[in-house]
Amino acid sequence: MPVVEFAPALTRHVPCPAQRVAAATLRSALDAAFAAAPPLRAYVLDEQGAVRKHVAVFVNAQMIADRARLDVPLADGDKVVVIQALTGG
Amino acid sequence: MQTVWIGTRKGLFVARRDAGKWTLGKPSFPGEPVTQVLVHPHDGAWYVALRLGHFGVKMWKSTDGGSLWQPIAAPAFPPKPGDASPQDDPTPWTVDLIWGLEGGPGELWAGCLPAGLFHSRDGGASWRLVRSLWDRPERKQWFGGGYDHAGIHSILVDPRDPKHVTVAVSCGGVWQTRDRGESWACTSRGMVAEFMPPERREDPNIQDPHRIDHCAARPDVLWCQHHGGLYRSDDGGLQWQPIAPPAPSAFGFAVAAHPADPQRAWFVPAHSDAQRIPVNGRVVVNETRDGGRSFATHGEGLPQHDAYHLVYRHALAVSPDGSALAMGSTTGGLWISEDEGRSWLCVSHDLPPIAAVRCS
Repeated sequence: MPVVEFAPALTRHVPCPAQRVAAATLRSALDAAFAAAPPLRAYVLDEQGAVRKHVAVFVNAQMIADRARLDVPLADGDKVVVIQALTGG
Repeated sequence: MQTVWIGTRKGLFVARRDAGKWTLGKPSFPGEPVTQVLVHPHDGAWYVALRLGHFGVKMWKSTDGGSLWQPIAAPAFPPKPGDASPQDDPTPWTVDLIWGLEGGPGELWAGCLPAGLFHSRDGGASWRLVRSLWDRPERKQWFGGGYDHAGIHSILVDPRDPKHVTVAVSCGGVWQTRDRGESWACTSRGMVAEFMPPERREDPNIQDPHRIDHCAARPDVLWCQHHGGLYRSDDGGLQWQPIAPPAPSAFGFAVAAHPADPQRAWFVPAHSDAQRIPVNGRVVVNETRDGGRSFATHGEGLPQHDAYHLVYRHALAVSPDGSALAMGSTTGGLWISEDEGRSWLCVSHDLPPIAAVRCS
């Protein structure tokens, strides 16, 4: 099963441990991970279901290119990491 | 006035008057951008709106005077229709900023950027987009004034009838509902947008009212700090009357209406659209006591040289009895007046940029 992990910049707002999830795509993996910490969804995705502009999602260390579709296929053992992209002052 | 709430770029502060002295406490939400704070006029609950740079807008509520905060729902748009082409509606249906927040009996109104108005009947546990305003065809003519998109910053709930709500949109004019959001009318007649092409300057739907306020005791008297100057209406906004530009400037963002006297209001002038700084480095507050025919300029206690503070649209507030005011600046100055704006006491030079203040 893929693993989904959220960076401390996110888990300081909404605690959520790294999880193994039964999912075949990135969107279903994120959905499964949010089931463990429902408020986290609105930190990572906007209300249209797209990854927020200043959040970055990596699959096996490659940043995803499309913030809206999230249809990247996942295989057993793939690692999804969600981080805070750096902005602001 | 005993308490002032200060929403800043780096947290929510509360200033309290104790034994005749104002003191600032430690911030709630330290380091987080606070865009709005509301002390609900009917149930006393505190609400704060955050704009987390990375993670969207969030709202928190405290029912014990700020000791314990609980997360509540934040306004969110419904799914954007899949058949809306970018040309037809280029506005993103995602809340970027909670810009205005006000309470009526058993309800909350939130004005956002993009310019959605949201309503809650359950203390912020859920929010509903007011589709009757959002779906108006005129909404697609609105445009951003300083931001990429239009936003709703001012919300006035009529003390005589909470179904009557007036909102101001930058840039989309002044809109009113008399049936709690079932239907709306644009009420910006008389306003003039000098920066527009000549044919559109008096278009009510593209005006940029930086801030509106009403006299609580006479809500048909409205005041507006407009992008192009000052206006007053004494007929509930059906017609806005321009006010002759006072010294040192008619440009600015904030206005506070006296809660009891419909002839009185305070403004904070800045140099101009192109120079959003005080005139000649002097921070002043302009007050009219005669409906805008004349103004007194107050500077006592405010920086009078080499000062570059700007006061944003929500950063001037008056106490419910009209005796005291609070004012905060983008460079972190906080001042309080306990003599109706004539003289000011500096509480801090050193706060983060201030977005909003509220008076008890």
